[in-house]
Amino acid sequence: MSEAAAVETHAPVVIDRTEPQLTPGNTGKLGMWMFLVGDAMTFGVAIAAYGALRIGNVNWPRPSDILGIDTTAFMTFVLICSSLTMVKALSGIQHGNVAQLKKYLALTVLGGLTFLGLQAYEWNMLINYEGLSIKTSLFSATFFALTGFHGMHVFGGVCYNSTILANAMRGHWPGANAKIVEIAGLYWHFVDLVWILIFTFVYLI
Amino acid sequence: MAHEATAHQADAPAPIAMDHPEPNYVAVFIYLTVLTVLELVVYYMHLPTFVMISLLVALAWAKAVLVAMYFMHLALEKRTLAVIALTPVTIVTFLCFMLLPDLTARIWAKTQMHQQVTAEAHAPAEH
Repeated sequence: MSEAAAVETHAPVVIDRTEPQLTPGNTGKLGMWMFLVGDAMTFGVAIAAYGALRIGNVNWPRPSDILGIDTTAFMTFVLICSSLTMVKALSGIQHGNVAQLKKYLALTVLGGLTFLGLQAYEWNMLINYEGLSIKTSLFSATFFALTGFHGMHVFGGVCYNSTILANAMRGHWPGANAKIVEIAGLYWHFVDLVWILIFTFVYLI
Repeated sequence: MAHEATAHQADAPAPIAMDHPEPNYVAVFIYLTVLTVLELVVYYMHLPTFVMISLLVALAWAKAVLVAMYFMHLALEKRTLAVIALTPVTIVTFLCFMLLPDLTARIWAKTQMHQQVTAEAHAPAEH
């Protein structure tokens, strides 16, 4: 009995099927998703903390009294447009059209830079003209922390996309270029998605 | 250009290399724009606070889901990936519930303090 068990234990393990992959043929995509899940938790916790500080706080100002809603709505629109150009860039390279990739990736970078420019303008107005700083109140502390953290993500995305664009311009193409653009796109759309939530929770409500 | 064309031919993936069919990106973009305009309409309508917050949160989540499903291709990937993507949402929802006792206690304490102050203010008039 025990001999049989020992023989069984030492028998070679035969795997008769391959493990089904979550993202077949593109492990990097799964890697990016794992990163985004972690990043989403950071943003989720930050937004929850913001809510916890705000609920029941009678001294909390009405956001529209301090923040420019229309400018920020335009910033939201800019990010949505840049998400569209990002998927158009991906679509281009998936069809082997490098010119389309370059054109739309450049527009995506431009969208990101426009967003950052508008955010810099907004922060400048708040800090230098409204006299707000991160130490002024709980409102300003959470506002600068949330929008600043998101702004850094946008900056990261602009650098990320610019690198791919620079490689495309120089004609350096690794074999898996469409995958690289798709993975960068995941990050960029995530940044857009988070802004959609921040726009609602921080500016509108 | 010649170098680029060669690189293109040698390395660019063929159209069949796509993992899934392409969604109608322009339609998704139009939906997102319309929902953003709707958010502004709701915001400027000056509805009762609870109604306004409910509508705005619903619209924001609708936009977020559209981005995740079609721009990030979750609708076209394996379902397990969508489950993984939902994990942070679930955990943060739990976190919000965990914060509730603290928030309720804070609001309750404030209400009590307010009642006490009101009672003290009225006390001399009653005697």
